[in-house]
Amino acid sequence: MTALLQLDGLTRYFGALGAVNGVTLAVERQERRAIIGPNGAGKTTLFNLVTGHLAPSGGRILFDGRSITGLPPHRVARQGISRSFQRTNLFPRLTVRENLRLAAAADGRGSYRLFGSVARLAEPLARAHEVAEAVGLALRLDDEAARLSYGEQRQLEVGVALATRPQLLMLDEPTAGMSPEETQRMTRLLAALPRAVTMLIIEHDMDVVFSLADRITVLHYGEVLVDGAPDAVRADARVYEVYLGTADGA
Amino acid sequence: MLLSDLLAQALNGLSYGVLLFLLSVGLTLIFGMLDIVNLAHGSFYMLGAYAGLAAIAATHSFWLALLVAPLVVGLIGACMERTVLRPLYRRPPLDQVLLTFGFIYVFEDIVKWIWGGTIRSIPPPDLFAGSVRIFGGAFPSYRLFVIAFGLVTALVLWLVIERTRLGAIIRAGVYDAEMTGGMGINIHRVFTGVFAFGAALGGLSGVIAGPIQSAQPPMGATILIPALIVVVVGGLGSLKGSLVGSLLIGQAEVWGKVWLPNVSMAMIYVVMAAVVLLRPQGLFGRPLK
Amino acid sequence: MKWRVAAFAVAVVAVVLFPRVAGTYPVKLLQEILIWGIFAMSLDLLMGYAGMVSFGHSAFFGVGGYVAALALTHWGANAATGLALPAAVAALAALVIGYFSIRVSGVYFIMLTLAFSQMFYALTFQVAWLGAEDGIVGVPRPRLFGLDLGTATAFHLYVVAFAVATTLVLWLIVRSPFGHVLRGIHDNEARMQAVGYAVNRYKLLAFVIAGTIAGLAGALYTQFVGSITPEAFVWRTSGEALLMVIIGGTGTLGGALLGAGMFILLQSFVSSYTERWMLLLGATFIAFVLFAPGGIVGALRGRIGLKA
Repeated sequence: MTALLQLDGLTRYFGALGAVNGVTLAVERQERRAIIGPNGAGKTTLFNLVTGHLAPSGGRILFDGRSITGLPPHRVARQGISRSFQRTNLFPRLTVRENLRLAAAADGRGSYRLFGSVARLAEPLARAHEVAEAVGLALRLDDEAARLSYGEQRQLEVGVALATRPQLLMLDEPTAGMSPEETQRMTRLLAALPRAVTMLIIEHDMDVVFSLADRITVLHYGEVLVDGAPDAVRADARVYEVYLGTADGA
Repeated sequence: MLLSDLLAQALNGLSYGVLLFLLSVGLTLIFGMLDIVNLAHGSFYMLGAYAGLAAIAATHSFWLALLVAPLVVGLIGACMERTVLRPLYRRPPLDQVLLTFGFIYVFEDIVKWIWGGTIRSIPPPDLFAGSVRIFGGAFPSYRLFVIAFGLVTALVLWLVIERTRLGAIIRAGVYDAEMTGGMGINIHRVFTGVFAFGAALGGLSGVIAGPIQSAQPPMGATILIPALIVVVVGGLGSLKGSLVGSLLIGQAEVWGKVWLPNVSMAMIYVVMAAVVLLRPQGLFGRPLK
Repeated sequence: MKWRVAAFAVAVVAVVLFPRVAGTYPVKLLQEILIWGIFAMSLDLLMGYAGMVSFGHSAFFGVGGYVAALALTHWGANAATGLALPAAVAALAALVIGYFSIRVSGVYFIMLTLAFSQMFYALTFQVAWLGAEDGIVGVPRPRLFGLDLGTATAFHLYVVAFAVATTLVLWLIVRSPFGHVLRGIHDNEARMQAVGYAVNRYKLLAFVIAGTIAGLAGALYTQFVGSITPEAFVWRTSGEALLMVIIGGTGTLGGALLGAGMFILLQSFVSSYTERWMLLLGATFIAFVLFAPGGIVGALRGRIGLKA
């Protein structure tokens, strides 16, 4: 069975600096994979390569067996990959409902309709309500995204990515900047998502990582250092040296 | 064409190019540092010409006007930046561009109010009122003065920007304003200074242009487009680009009229469009992020 | 919602009946306001909804105007073809210009759209068979199904009908799924791409729609004045539409119409008392950008408390 996401020798240079250097990894269907590593390890760059925001200097990206290397972001999204951002990236002047509805409607031809009301596109609207429930924003549907609290915005950030019904959900530090309670809420939210949605998540918070991940990949200076089950990674001395030996050690 | 005619045309192109240079330096530095396309920059040109007119009327000295006009326009620029543009720095740059557009109307009408809409001629200084013989043809000596003055100014500017501490600050600010501010330099003062300086140069260009072009209210709007083209072609934020671009456009305008009179106007815009599409950073600008 | 429909209906009736109570000059002003209002509203679709600030919208106004002039003076067009042809050519121009312009954004989009409209200006200025500097004069008002639109009443109704139709069409588009996509693009283009929208296609479609309507406005303007000159293409024309949109309220559609009204009234009435209408206009515009970025409509909504 082919992996859902396969990276082969993926490389990206910025000048002489190899931000991502020959990364090979495979994410299986229904897997929940965490990518961890110190700052500057290349995690977000890796995400940007997969989603088409950056062009690779070398290597391949395969999704469901098909090459998506070099596709622009909107085409990658259409393949079934969705991504949330480390810095909140919402539609600030639009309501929560509209944020989610736009994302849900992204694949439909109905979006080109010049006349007619948005309310008649029932499916995206329903999906928006469904996702709002899932991310705990059902009571905030009519509020502008800019008016939400930071934690709520991070919830919406995940929601927008979820609304497109992705096969692969890529989350870039979903709990960044959150209080412990908000972090717990987000962890529960993510844990409750259907298994059918494969998850690839960049995180710094080890509690979140160990509660959610089936497998962990550790990146260091753009290369894969360790790749394995959570217990194995926890026990690996190299990881300790590089990362877990710091302030938020397990 | 006679050799003297050819040379005269080339010199015309050179003097026009020099005027464009003085005007576009300010425009390109302002964009490089503040991310604003100052659409009112042509107005500084116009204000310079009229300030010069007033100064000559008051003092009967062209040379004094040459000194006073840029100072006055620089002051106007400083006021404009401080009172109206600075509050907008937190807003998207497009808002500031739109704001400068409003000033075109304001400045043009104020000038019309004070001096009326008719064309006012500005006599050249007595020293350069005559003409010089070049290869058998007569060429206004004032234009030679303009060319010489412009090239000397270019040299002085280059020296200041490349060799002095002030120039280093300006270059740093154009490269990355936020970082420069973070290094303890009062970046707001630099912004005002650069804006005022750019305005002053524009005013200088206007007063020097006076004896060649005369003064009329629409002159600012008319020269804005060529100045924009120069800045786009040369590279937004690049002093070198400003010089090369303006000399090129100066020649292009003059020779275009001679050889391709029917499409010369349109050709310039085609060049502008081509640069924006194919090489948006222009000849010498920084490659876009 | 109901009172908005009622207000609109009242406005339409008032505008239709206006010639009954006013003299020729005020009626002409009203027609000019309506025509420029259409032009400005099309720019608002682009600026206020799709977030694309264009300094070259006059290109399509001019194209529509020139094609209408040619069609009505040389090609024997009637009212229908006198509008359909300009619209078609303007749409084509918008497709070509838009295709290139959409590749860049921000300041570069402004410069590129400006360059394109200036190209048209330069061409029409120097080409003899388009009348060069003087343009095309003696453009007759057309016939529609045998009805002569040259009569004052008929022409007035024709212009009003057009303005109403355009307003309705634009209003429908803005409320539609497509309109919502445009707003999403305006708010966060990158995220729209990231969730799967082919953003450039939507932007191009918006550009073409806006350009087509601007072309229709240009065609109407030619019929209104009876002539067209290269000045229609010049960047000041684009700038005036920009002023109207911003003063009225970007992203409100109706604001553009209000802005057109304010601009033209300032120009004509104020200029009979003082010559300083340009100063007033510029100062008003600056004041709006500084203190009331929502324009007139924005200010009204703030006070009345209506939701956007």
